[in-house]
Amino acid sequence: MATPNTPLWEVFIRSRNGLAHKHVGSLHASDATMALQAARDIYTRRGEGLSIWVVPSTAITASDPAEKGMMFEPAESKIYRHPTFYDVPEEVGHM
Amino acid sequence: MTVANIQVSETPLVLYTLRRADDALILGHRLSEWCGHAPMLEEDMALSNIALDLIGQARELYGYAAKAEGGDNDEDKLAYLRDVRQYRNLLLVEQPNGDFAQTLVRQFFYSAFADLYWRAMMNSRDTTLAAIAAKSEKESAYHLRHSSEWIIRLGDGTEESHARAQGAIDQLWAFTGEMFAVDDSERGLIDAGIAIDPATLRDRWMKTVASVVTEATLALPQNNWMQQGGRFGRHSEHLGHLLSELQSMQRTFPGQTW
Repeated sequence: MATPNTPLWEVFIRSRNGLAHKHVGSLHASDATMALQAARDIYTRRGEGLSIWVVPSTAITASDPAEKGMMFEPAESKIYRHPTFYDVPEEVGHM
Repeated sequence: MTVANIQVSETPLVLYTLRRADDALILGHRLSEWCGHAPMLEEDMALSNIALDLIGQARELYGYAAKAEGGDNDEDKLAYLRDVRQYRNLLLVEQPNGDFAQTLVRQFFYSAFADLYWRAMMNSRDTTLAAIAAKSEKESAYHLRHSSEWIIRLGDGTEESHARAQGAIDQLWAFTGEMFAVDDSERGLIDAGIAIDPATLRDRWMKTVASVVTEATLALPQNNWMQQGGRFGRHSEHLGHLLSELQSMQRTFPGQTW
């Protein structure tokens, strides 16, 4: 429905008790002010948030899905990086 | 039309409340006509949100009008069982949606007034009206911001959007004077501190409107002749068509609920 020259924006909302802004979706708007208004109208209708960020989608640099193997598989074999890998001695109690 | 119209005892307070309720309902209904038809999904949602704010305001005002009247009427009867001549809304709000520019200019003229009006009404001696004002004020403030930003972009946009926005301003300007009119029945409420005198809002309204219109590279008409009549039930030909759609269910299936 949007015309091709209406830029795309990514919307981030910080909820009432959330600490960080979380990505909730995207929308079309002519500029930042209009994007913020549209984000309010589309993504906070049910009291979802107390703060909104909008970012031009073109400002995002994304990893290439084709490089998934090279990027993420090497981490899978290093289970010692998870704290659950280690046994905590009884005497330590709750950490 | 199979159900008879109700009669309303229009004491000054009932009439005053009914006029504001009718403004909100009719403008809310007009905006709801965009649902599924707006130029982009984002604005479809925005206009529907504004419509719901206004219909919410209308419900509270109708409820209070019915209570003040103290008879058998309730909010549904007031909305669904009065005919055109019994409606008391401003001519401005019943004007057809036209194109997107006409809808936004109509909204802008009204919201610039409603924003000031509800803020002032928070000091009403009538505690119910003051409470309704406190809730409506935040909604109207956002409606004003939304429509202002659009007027600026339509006016300062393309040749086409500029021409359409200017056309809408020229067409709707004559309906703005009615917002500031006061009759004898309202004068008494103003003196009693229940209503505010809209004439006191006019300079600030003009300042807001002029600054947005100037930023939008648009111009206000020099013509100051103003059309009136809505407050007394003398409406344009458009309201009857609107009401026939708005009221068709209750007129066909009286008392139907879901």
